[in-house]
Amino acid sequence: MTAPLLEVANLRVRFPTPTGTVEVVRGVSFTLGRERLGIVGESGSGKSLTGRSILRLIRKPGEVTADRLRFEGIDLLSASEWQMRGIRGARISMVMQDPKFSLNPVMTVGEQIGEALAVHEHLPRRQIRSRVLEMLEAVQIRDPQRVFGLYPHELSGGMGQRVMIAMMLIPEPSILIADEPTSALDVSVQGEVLRLMNDLITRKGMGLIFISHDLHLVSQFCDRILVMYRGRIVEECAAGELDRATHPYTRGLIASVPRMDETRAELPVLDRSQWEQA
Amino acid sequence: MATTTRGWLLAESPASRLQARLGRSYRMVRALLRNPLAVLGALIVLALVVLALFAPFFATHNPYVGELTDRLKPPSDQFWLGSDELGRDIWSRIVYGARITLTIVLLVAAIAAPVGMVVGAVSGYLGGWTDRILMGITDVFLSMPKLILALAFVAALGPGIENAVIAIAITSWPAYARIARAETLTIRNSEFISAVRLQGASVMRVILRHILPLCTSSVIVRVTLDMAGIILTAAGLGFLGLGAQPPLPEWGAMISRGRAFILDQWWVATMPGFAIVIVSLGFCFLGDGLRDVLDPKSANRQ
Amino acid sequence: MNAISLRNVDIAYGDTRVVEDLSLDVAEGECFGLVGESGSGKSTVLRAVTGLAPDWTGEISLFGQPRGKAIDRKFAALCQMVFQDPYGSLHPRQTVDAALSEPLAIHGLGGADTRVPEMMAACGLDPRFRFRLPHQLSGGQRQRVAIARALMLKPKILLLDEPTSALDVSVQAEILNLLKRLRREQKLTYILVTHDLPVVSFLCDRLAVMRQGRVVEVAPVEALRHNAMTHPYARELVEKSANRVSA
Repeated sequence: MTAPLLEVANLRVRFPTPTGTVEVVRGVSFTLGRERLGIVGESGSGKSLTGRSILRLIRKPGEVTADRLRFEGIDLLSASEWQMRGIRGARISMVMQDPKFSLNPVMTVGEQIGEALAVHEHLPRRQIRSRVLEMLEAVQIRDPQRVFGLYPHELSGGMGQRVMIAMMLIPEPSILIADEPTSALDVSVQGEVLRLMNDLITRKGMGLIFISHDLHLVSQFCDRILVMYRGRIVEECAAGELDRATHPYTRGLIASVPRMDETRAELPVLDRSQWEQA
Repeated sequence: MATTTRGWLLAESPASRLQARLGRSYRMVRALLRNPLAVLGALIVLALVVLALFAPFFATHNPYVGELTDRLKPPSDQFWLGSDELGRDIWSRIVYGARITLTIVLLVAAIAAPVGMVVGAVSGYLGGWTDRILMGITDVFLSMPKLILALAFVAALGPGIENAVIAIAITSWPAYARIARAETLTIRNSEFISAVRLQGASVMRVILRHILPLCTSSVIVRVTLDMAGIILTAAGLGFLGLGAQPPLPEWGAMISRGRAFILDQWWVATMPGFAIVIVSLGFCFLGDGLRDVLDPKSANRQ
Repeated sequence: MNAISLRNVDIAYGDTRVVEDLSLDVAEGECFGLVGESGSGKSTVLRAVTGLAPDWTGEISLFGQPRGKAIDRKFAALCQMVFQDPYGSLHPRQTVDAALSEPLAIHGLGGADTRVPEMMAACGLDPRFRFRLPHQLSGGQRQRVAIARALMLKPKILLLDEPTSALDVSVQAEILNLLKRLRREQKLTYILVTHDLPVVSFLCDRLAVMRQGRVVEVAPVEALRHNAMTHPYARELVEKSANRVSA
């Protein structure tokens, strides 16, 4: 493997509250190459904030510090807001959970995808249009010409998420951060959307950070997995070796998910006191 | 001792209903105290209440009777804010006038806010024809200028302070009905309302116990902000001679009478004017502060 | 005797028919799973049974008694519902105590001071939570409160609308265990609506697969466990749930 795309060392995110500062991400370190990295955790584990802090999307009064946060040699923490605007969307993009909230309701699909392109590359109109249509086709939308002129509320959930992916991938970024990209979708659509994302990423040799609460899903879809709990990475392993996980939290998490051929009379419940002395 | 009381009030897990309720109020007061303008507003309103309650104590003269030899005296040691055309002390009249202002404000709030809330909540919750009819009536009232409508009512009912209160109340409930209806529409389909309905709660119970408590905070905020308007309307009616009748020291009526002397004896009209402005501002500041504390939309951020 | 039985039920929202010609029987003491994707009409069935979606035709009966369309107290004492969103199903200004006392007050029953702590204990809620507001509770604790509230009237039937899909998996396990235990202890009949087939496999005895407002297959849960569903759509759904990424 060559030099990593992204290096994160000792990342911390803090929020001041009336009763004192709360640290939500507590010293997270990892590197990302041209691979698919899964970050798994439950709500409040800090997994989404980790993703957002890479793009410096943490709003005031939240505070982000890190010993190192480098993307292709650029220090993201000291980069100017102007530099960040060139990076966000163009070189690192993010797909959020619910397309309904991330698409502008008064712009057509085509305009929105085209805008992502127009902001970062200066291309003539016609060329933008053909690139957008190409991209819509790439995300397997059947009638790109028609979808180009639709408004977000006219799309189904699965279609909306495909449009989101098209929008995020059209500037050909080096890294895609996907935060629960399929949680709002039905199972039958989930598979397709994930397969699609997977194809595009491997074809273009991008790095992927896949953030999810679903261990099972992440283990099938990623190369490497980080398990986060209470702002810390408690386990790091290759996706195929999940059943050999060592941390009690990971093991508990795996055991507590019901299976399709469930015969246990009771599901094992996490005993948090076991490792929570710290 | 102080710290233990505070700890008791702020306990994460209150042990009784009373403790939970007191703790909530204490948190609200603390949040309010963090806003300096709200504190200023609260102090002004508090001062108004104290002045009204203990008027005889604060007044230096009899507000109704004056020596004609003392008429139109400028502010001095004897007459702090000067005297009017009948030789009455303006300070004392303002102090007693606080009683009238406070009575009007409280009566209007006590009549208009509950009526508006119930109309709005019933209308929003039941929907359909009930909603159309109730909101139609509300819109008719809303579409007319407040003072003109109040004038019409007073003209019909005859001048006097009681009729002024009724007229102002009649003109101010529609705004609260609108607010309560809007709030009701956002909560009527929520799952916690479905849950009480499934427990067999009657329509009245759902509205009174589950919907109205959620409307109160926005209505309270709106009422406080409207207080200034109510005072001004009352003063306006007084100014036109349709509110409180002489010799009652109503602030608007005082301005009206001072108008004749405004060029030579400016204090006669100006002093009650100051009183109106200060009290109106006080209610506005307090209302603004309350909005930050009570409004559920802003409370979520904490 | 059947606890719930639906005969030829059509349900509409406004002009659109959401559920068509639905017939189901749920035996007393059974846990029946109703599965399908979003828009299949599975939640609508529960809303029709409870009376929250009164625009239906056909016949719905509970323990042999035909059910009218209104919500009355007699029905409330027999059948209660737990909602999906633990953040939306509790009144934001009411303490746990108030939420749990309310059903007793509506039915004119006393003894809230003993019944509330009892029910909280049965649902695994620490007594310290009694006077807390919902925003001081976690998602799992809120769902426990919602379950406790539904059980205050000692109903025989509990309708569960995606009770764990808004929760973390470790919390989901706790709530599922709780539901299983309560059913055993209080001899409850459940209808569980969910899109999550493994949850059905854990909790239910039988299941019905719905698609576009119709039931396509009713099967015992063993068919789900051993991939022995017969209808092609049901098989497809099971397959996709079991193996979400086949790439």
